Amino acid sequence: MAILDELRRRFGGAIVETDDHRGDLTAVVARDALLGVLAHCRDDAALAFDVLMDLTAVDYQKFPGREDGPRFEVVYHLYSIARNHRLRLKVRVDEDDAKVPTAVTIWPIANWLEREVWDMFGVRFEGHPDPRRLLMYEEFVGHPLRKDYPINRRQPLIGPAT
Amino acid sequence: MLGEGSGTGGGPQNLHVGVGPAHPAMHGIIRIVTELDGETIVKADVEIGYLHRAFEKDCEQGGWNNAIPYTDRLNYVSPLINNFGYASAVEKLLDIDVTERCKYIRVIMSEISRICDHLTCVGASSMELGAFTVFLYMIKAREFLWELVEDVTGARLTISYGRVGGVKADLPDGFAEKTLHAFKQTREVLDEVHRLLTGNRIFMDRMIGVGVLSREETIGYAITGPLLRAAGVPFDVRRAQPYYVYDRLEFEIPTQKDGDNYARYLVRMAEMEQSMRIVEQALASIPSGPINVDFEGRPIDPAAYVDRGKQGKTEGLLLVPITLSPNLQGQQRAEFSRVNVADKRVVLPPKETAYGSIEGLMNHFMLIMEGFGIRPPAGEAYFPVEGANGELGFYVVSDGSDRPYRVRCRPPCLPPLAALHRMIVGEMVADLIPTFGSVNMIGGELDR
Repeated sequence: MAILDELRRRFGGAIVETDDHRGDLTAVVARDALLGVLAHCRDDAALAFDVLMDLTAVDYQKFPGREDGPRFEVVYHLYSIARNHRLRLKVRVDEDDAKVPTAVTIWPIANWLEREVWDMFGVRFEGHPDPRRLLMYEEFVGHPLRKDYPINRRQPLIGPAT
Repeated sequence: MLGEGSGTGGGPQNLHVGVGPAHPAMHGIIRIVTELDGETIVKADVEIGYLHRAFEKDCEQGGWNNAIPYTDRLNYVSPLINNFGYASAVEKLLDIDVTERCKYIRVIMSEISRICDHLTCVGASSMELGAFTVFLYMIKAREFLWELVEDVTGARLTISYGRVGGVKADLPDGFAEKTLHAFKQTREVLDEVHRLLTGNRIFMDRMIGVGVLSREETIGYAITGPLLRAAGVPFDVRRAQPYYVYDRLEFEIPTQKDGDNYARYLVRMAEMEQSMRIVEQALASIPSGPINVDFEGRPIDPAAYVDRGKQGKTEGLLLVPITLSPNLQGQQRAEFSRVNVADKRVVLPPKETAYGSIEGLMNHFMLIMEGFGIRPPAGEAYFPVEGANGELGFYVVSDGSDRPYRVRCRPPCLPPLAALHRMIVGEMVADLIPTFGSVNMIGGELDR
């Protein structure tokens, strides 16, 4: 909890919400403050989150009670090797403004993980140096992990033009 | 494939060579588009996704336990670790603690899987350097271990042995002796391989100083597991944030400092020995657990159980004797209750109970029928375990229904692949193969 207190003290209103459900420290951060919070988490000597363990997103479109709220949550899992602690940071974005600043300059691994989130959820990472899809092919239409993408949808086969 | 301007009159030009997606030394399907100046790689672009099977999307379609067979197919060289990692994430969400014996079984089976994974990695990458004998030896050793896996789970590869709340079945009779014997044979193989490779001039020349990634970059790219330890960082989830019973077992975390392919080889060889140590200690201290549990949750011994029945106190006691098929070895009521939590919301009843009593049958139906399965409370949890390639994390989100709302697998192989271009640019094109072997890419886990 000390980590969350520290973040709240330093960033005030930019920390929208915090909890420690099942012992996982979680903070929801306002998008405008995201890069500042991430950089602080990495550089502050007491936090020292040097590893971006995971970056993913969740589509809350069909989550009971959250249908009308911001549709996507981009989720950052941070880990500190020196301090041996973890932190989960989340940013909420709307569908029609699904953009988050890129974290590539803070952790190089963000490059591929952000490409995957773009590919699967259609959330854009502003300033990303290489915004291609990661797992699907370029001609793929839509973002398969969105809740409104049907699992049985077929896409045309892509091959050399005949 | 020749690049633009190849042929005459264009002056010296770089050559574009696409390696993969179907190349004998690509462990799975992946494409590396390289730009060569002579034999030196000056640029590389790694393309993945050829094995994408929508694991995360599929998990959202069925019940919580239905995802277990999909997790087998993530890292299919050490599927048991995936099973347990996913099951533990859901258990964290449910806030239940598995039985002691189950924790030991999970540790034992995870470590056997880790050895299989390392054997395959070292064997295959040495074969690509021409050491075919090593490959055969290591696959032989893997066979000894796969026989153990087959004994316990009934399958060799797609084992589906983990369950939310426990494991499928208890260990078979004589498992400890068989394991110790298999380890004796495995150690002999590892000794032979050490003599063949560790001081081998050709092997060392191809591995030392090749595929180097600095400590800072390894961390920046979130690389964990043997690659991180080969760069001098002793991070291992089993030690840093112990789960199951790893904090009670003694083992070392082998590290090297050079961060090259040879260091990764040495780390993997040392880790196999440590894994065997862990299994030997776990086998020596595994508890037998409660033989039977009465309906109030207190363990009672079989004699008392029988006595109660004789006295007509049958209320709550399930006395219908059922002869189980040999396929259900290890799943008889006594064994089953040792390795699964006593929580009817989560764990299927043992077969005697399901077939022998109306309560058991109802319990079984409530968990199997659509809309009645496990229902973790709404919330989310992230559970990391140490996979063979590094931190394997499952991030699960529940909306309170009987299906996962979101299952995210943090694949340990993805970060090394994201950093692969940093390891191969500036080196010879032939060095791509040992470097690619040393990152131990597993397509199923990488592309999900």
